[in-house]
Amino acid sequence: MEKKEMICINCPLGCVLTVERKESGEVTVSGNTCPRGAEYGRTEATAPKRVLTSTVRIRGERGRVVPVKTAVPVPKEKIGACMEALKEAEVELPVQIGDVVMKDVAGTGVGVVVTKGMGE
Amino acid sequence: MRQDIVIIGGGPAGLAAALAAKEAGAERILIVERDKELGGILNQCIHNGFGLHTFKEELTGPEYAARYIEKVERERIPFLPETIVIDIAKGENGEKEVTAMNKERGLFVIHTAAVVLAMGCRERPRGALNIPGFRPAGIYSAGTAQRYVNIEGRMPGREVVILGSGDIGLIMARRMTLEGAKVKAVAELMPYSGGLKRNIVQCLDDFGIPLKLSHTVVDIKGKKRVEGVTLAQVDENKKPIAGTEEFIPCDTLLLSCGLLPENELSLNLGISLNPATSGPYVNESFETNVSGVFACGNVLHVHDLVDYVSEEAAAAGKQAAAYVREAAGNGQSETEVVCREETQVVLEAAKGVRYTVPSTLNPLRMEDMQLIRFRVDDVYRDVFLKVYFDDTPVLSQKKRVLAPGEMEQVRFKKEQIEAFPKLKKITLRIEKEAG
Repeated sequence: MEKKEMICINCPLGCVLTVERKESGEVTVSGNTCPRGAEYGRTEATAPKRVLTSTVRIRGERGRVVPVKTAVPVPKEKIGACMEALKEAEVELPVQIGDVVMKDVAGTGVGVVVTKGMGE
Repeated sequence: MRQDIVIIGGGPAGLAAALAAKEAGAERILIVERDKELGGILNQCIHNGFGLHTFKEELTGPEYAARYIEKVERERIPFLPETIVIDIAKGENGEKEVTAMNKERGLFVIHTAAVVLAMGCRERPRGALNIPGFRPAGIYSAGTAQRYVNIEGRMPGREVVILGSGDIGLIMARRMTLEGAKVKAVAELMPYSGGLKRNIVQCLDDFGIPLKLSHTVVDIKGKKRVEGVTLAQVDENKKPIAGTEEFIPCDTLLLSCGLLPENELSLNLGISLNPATSGPYVNESFETNVSGVFACGNVLHVHDLVDYVSEEAAAAGKQAAAYVREAAGNGQSETEVVCREETQVVLEAAKGVRYTVPSTLNPLRMEDMQLIRFRVDDVYRDVFLKVYFDDTPVLSQKKRVLAPGEMEQVRFKKEQIEAFPKLKKITLRIEKEAG
């Protein structure tokens, strides 16, 4: 049996989780104060994921960028590749919250969306 | 210009206060904002983690701000962008005079019944830190670097050392790393981090960035541009220990050494500030010692969570609306003054508790549920939060961990407080024993 202590990063409460992995492969989480914590503990112990937030350039403009995020969490080990892909991305203004910048970033199958409405 | 409520600052606190005041029936509300757009610091906080309490989903800063900005626009609450308030003074008949300035109008005065202070806070600058060395380029507050990277798309440097483990510093350690910089270390003077645990995990641990607790910068090398910094370990009195110096080559030093509520306007108006928070003392209605002037958000006390700012600011906005109603009804309400003197309960931050917000409360004006927010002065493990009504213990709550970086709260029902009609003092303290 494997036992691991970790801090839940879902929200700023930072609950201390104890994740146990039985020989049967079953994973149990304790110490969480909400269902999201249990889910985080399970995922973190097996395949950790993060929502990536960054910015992308505006075509033909310098001195201003558009904030973006992955629509859902991406595997942690893919974050570097996602950043590389975002370096190449460009948007044209105006943009609205939720506009899709990229449909599938770095082969994760996850889209990248705008997080701030910006006019021209 | 004549208003009922002037809200100074269009960040999360100002937005929530404006909406709540409107909802409570106030009519002439004006938000004054010094930036071009509403949203305040949220505009540069592009990371996620905002809004879990308020919206039950995880938003980025700009998305969280947009939710409030859309509502303010829908409610047609006017705001003045690129306008700076330079003074608030007491006018006639309890009115306040807000002196402001912008490009179109020049200098002008707004007469208003109530004012909501929502100016937020500022970062502690290098000048306040006593670090020796020249003044080379490459030293930024973490928030300045955040603005450069997230709004302007410019990188302040490539090899970075961060002093201070406040949340903005931690967030910027990750952000600079993602953008290709090498963050060599985060040094923290205290033996614990001032930031949230989740940020240590996802901003430092995820990227293998070392957090050096009980360390500080003792020298900055470089005359034109930062060439490196010398870190040293500090003893329990926070004095550098000779022989522990370590030179780290870098071109950038970011400072994340605490936030200070921005209360110059409040001081000019004669508002008394709590030295523990550098924010105004407020009562249960978030009203300062100057009647009709309310405070909320980071100008009142620095928060970890914007959700709590919104909640607190909404309460302040609602109370400001009530004040306007009362002031219109019977001039300066006399009963109010009597209430304040006679039935005021003082909140005492005793052993282990640095401060409470509010710092006084009037049971006659309390809402059904009174929320008390506080911070502790050190890291405590397996202790009890005790609350006393005068000398009677009324609450003993077990706490696994308490840390100065995490704001705590307790709630009391109105009935609980009313059950003690002669109550003079509520004391919060941290104790080892359950008792």
